[in-house]
Amino acid sequence: MTTATVTTTQVYQLFIKATPEQVWDAITKPEFTTRYFFASRVEMADGRRRAYGPGGELWGDSAILEEHPPRRLVHEWQGLYDPDLAAEEPSRVTWEIEPQDGGVTKLTLVHDQLEGAPRTAESVAGGWMFVLSGLKTLLETGQPLAG
Amino acid sequence: MRLTCDYLVTYSGGVTDDDRVFKALADPTRRFLLDALFARDGRTLTDLESELEMTRFGVMKHLRVLEDSGLVVTRRSGREKLHFLNPVPIRLIHDRWIDKYRERHVSALVDLKTQLEESA
Repeated sequence: MTTATVTTTQVYQLFIKATPEQVWDAITKPEFTTRYFFASRVEMADGRRRAYGPGGELWGDSAILEEHPPRRLVHEWQGLYDPDLAAEEPSRVTWEIEPQDGGVTKLTLVHDQLEGAPRTAESVAGGWMFVLSGLKTLLETGQPLAG
Repeated sequence: MRLTCDYLVTYSGGVTDDDRVFKALADPTRRFLLDALFARDGRTLTDLESELEMTRFGVMKHLRVLEDSGLVVTRRSGREKLHFLNPVPIRLIHDRWIDKYRERHVSALVDLKTQLEESA
């Protein structure tokens, strides 16, 4: 596979047969994130979004910039699961959740402000696709993505 | 039957329809535009147009098809409309089609191995 020039904004969009509330819960509650988000426990409290690995190790601890359930969540991003990524500048992740006709919800994820985080940009590109594809499968089938 | 059709149409109105993605990909200009965004993402119409021997209207039409299929997502940045490559629909097609057949292929090999070992 050829490598793309790393850009400072990445956009991902998908349609999920679920309500905005279900999508919101799936991205903000640990009982859901452990089933599709690299098994991480995501906890939102005290204005921080923290992510813990399966052994309780801290994978992420970033400021929540905007929180409007069930439509919009903006938080900083800094990967603590890898020292190279942890050394980079924080970037920003925006989740936009929009209801559509027919019981379908449009989820747009924008990962931007990656100017000071080229390794993060490269690292998350495949990761977000895996996470979002797994999120869709979990919400639509109730089962995590196989494999 | 009628209801099923309506339902599918409604759902594909949400641009999850594989048909739209395959149709969007079945054109060399649109594949060129996707490759251009893969090389450098977040570009304006004017910028993309400069890489093609085609009228602005023609490029707009192709971008519209890509947008309808979900392969391209536009975002406003100040006064500019930027086009971004959205890789998710291709990933979903990969999950739906490629993985499925690869799995069968692999399991056929596993079956063959089992049979050969049992008969050995």
